Amino acid sequence: MSPDTAAVHAASPARVAPARARLLVHLRSRSAVGVVMTLPLILLIVGLVAYPFVYAIYLSLLNKRETAFVGLDNFRFLLTRDTFWLVVQTSFLFTSLAVVWKAILGLVLALVIHTLPPRGQRVWRGLSLIPWVMPLALSSLGWWWIYEPTHSALNWVLVLLGFSPKSWLADPFWARFSVILVNIWYGTPFFMITYLAGLKSIPQELYESSAIDGANAAQRLRHITLPMLKNIIAITLLFSTIVTLATFDIVRVLTRGGPRQWTHLFGTYAFELGIASGDVPLGAAVSLFMFPILAVSAFFILRGIRRSTS
Amino acid sequence: MEQTGRRQFLKTTAAGAAAAGVVGFPRVSRGAGKLALGLWDHWVPGANAVLKGIIEDWGKANKVEVTIDFITSIGNKLQLTGAAESRAGAGHDILAFSTWDGTFYKDKLEPMNDVADAVIKKYGPYNENAMYLNRQGGKWVTLPSPIGSHTYPLETRMDLWKKHAGIDVQAIFPADAKKRDKKKVDAWDWKMFLEGAKKVHAAGFPVGASIAENTDSNDWLGPLFATYGSFPMDEKGNITIASDATLAAIDYLKQLVQYMPKDIYGWDDASNNRWLISGKGSAVFNPPSAWTVAKRDRIEVAAQVWHHDAPRGVKGRFRGSLPFTWGVWGFGKNKAAAKDLLLHLSQKEQQWKTITASQGYDVPQTVAFSSHPVWTEIEPPKGGQYNSPVRGDERLIVAGWPAKQEIAAQIYSKWLLPIMVGKITSGGTAPKEAVKWAAGELEGYKRG
Repeated sequence: MSPDTAAVHAASPARVAPARARLLVHLRSRSAVGVVMTLPLILLIVGLVAYPFVYAIYLSLLNKRETAFVGLDNFRFLLTRDTFWLVVQTSFLFTSLAVVWKAILGLVLALVIHTLPPRGQRVWRGLSLIPWVMPLALSSLGWWWIYEPTHSALNWVLVLLGFSPKSWLADPFWARFSVILVNIWYGTPFFMITYLAGLKSIPQELYESSAIDGANAAQRLRHITLPMLKNIIAITLLFSTIVTLATFDIVRVLTRGGPRQWTHLFGTYAFELGIASGDVPLGAAVSLFMFPILAVSAFFILRGIRRSTS
Repeated sequence: MEQTGRRQFLKTTAAGAAAAGVVGFPRVSRGAGKLALGLWDHWVPGANAVLKGIIEDWGKANKVEVTIDFITSIGNKLQLTGAAESRAGAGHDILAFSTWDGTFYKDKLEPMNDVADAVIKKYGPYNENAMYLNRQGGKWVTLPSPIGSHTYPLETRMDLWKKHAGIDVQAIFPADAKKRDKKKVDAWDWKMFLEGAKKVHAAGFPVGASIAENTDSNDWLGPLFATYGSFPMDEKGNITIASDATLAAIDYLKQLVQYMPKDIYGWDDASNNRWLISGKGSAVFNPPSAWTVAKRDRIEVAAQVWHHDAPRGVKGRFRGSLPFTWGVWGFGKNKAAAKDLLLHLSQKEQQWKTITASQGYDVPQTVAFSSHPVWTEIEPPKGGQYNSPVRGDERLIVAGWPAKQEIAAQIYSKWLLPIMVGKITSGGTAPKEAVKWAAGELEGYKRG
């Protein structure tokens, strides 16, 4: 008998029915309290994540009018469509480029801010977080004004500097570049703040010892900072991959998937099929293609972390 | 204007209405229940208030507790509402649908045959396009709504076209259909338009029309292809896009885009407006919203804008449109009251008020209501919007017509025509390759 249960038994009045006493014992055990405390979160996850996920799977197995079960036909159909493969290509390109650049820029920013005196750090840290704390739909509108096809503010500046204007949203290459750039701008602060927290947890003694041994800045970065941040980098990469692959707002506001569907991601394409074209089962099937991709990414990243920590 | 009460109206249309089952709804002293409406949030200031007043007056007269939500179409919110309510089986009793949403949810909507038949019996037919969109499988799945419905005439800077291209669009399409000179109207074809576009471009005032994933693109490209006799799919389900007519239309477009801004492939639905208002644009295909914004922001531009018919092609003259419809959910608890209200809103008296409130942006689906004076009176320039409703030989269509509505909805909402044209005129794809791609897409649209 654990000390907890023993205490409950000792405190229980003799008139308490055995069943009620057992219930009280059970409720006062640590695991039961844990379950009760996390119940609201569990309900939220079941209601807002698990149920929609299962419902999406159910929808994806129906025909267009949702009157008949068609098995995996929606998935098979998508695999035969050129547009879907363009969406897959864009999604991979968008996610990989955006995540890598966010990680690099986030690390650089974190290293730079980490070297500043504490007072300066606070100011720059706050300023750097602005893109991340602004509502994305709102900031995307701001970017839209910058890229706007006919009256682009960016083009105005380029012309002023003697460069030729670009079709930021009308040319497939530049449209992809534009949406990726906005995602990098938006997501870099997340990496920066996480890496900054990681940097602060690295013992200064390590750097002092390496300095005595004559290590230069690059060597300190390679042999101390990066190994110590390895797990944080892996976790941020995983989180960012999930969020970036599911991007919706930026593309929806800036290009609506154009020009000629070159900037559609899984989320925006699913919306176009499911809501704008009234084919909810096919839209659900598109969105579910993200799941195996993310599951594989999560598996490898988490396995890497487990191995490094063990 | 004749003041006809609903009861009187129903009596006078007794034969048709009774046969169709429009018998009103039971009202008792304690009231006739509740009615919830989800209506399109009109962008013209004051238009919502007028519609709300009409509906609330009806509610008071009929002891119905009415609640109205004006739902914006920005960010597809109205579409999302329809999708959510159809799935939940709960929500508003009456919902405004954008062009294709009635098609998506037709199995979940209450047939509107009784109301539509009664309106037709009293006022004459709806236009051909409204019939196509609302009457499916032998029943009226939705009811044509004037609120927010608009057409896509050409909006031309008459001063620039007269000066630089030598074409007086006001003279060709005066503010009185009886004064049209048939010879001049017949001469207004795509060839003449191209020659004019070339000249205004040379003068620094290009024509602007979007070729991107947006409704404006569909609404000028669909009619243009139609004038060449090119349609993606026929009403029997045959894919007809691979045709000489399609290639001829593409060949024309390849010439025309040379005289348009290079960024039309990134335009959105408001780009037309901005292009015209900037003073650089000499013509756009657009509803009068571009003119309305110009009137607010640059009156000198608005004063030179003349709305008129599209150019003619070898197979006639077509104009794009984007109508709204009203639907009554099958799961609604007060369907009789909902129908009664829609019948009330379909009366000339009510439509007159809403058209006035929209400053002519709303174009009625009942042909006879085009006689409303707003399009003649609104200015500047006086009569500039007279041709907003179809006045001549144009056929009003929606891109995707004449394919079955389920297919046409996909042709429209998956941007088949703008993407196909963009592949050729901007992406460098050979026309036959792009047409082959489109045919493949159409094959996919047949999926049931």
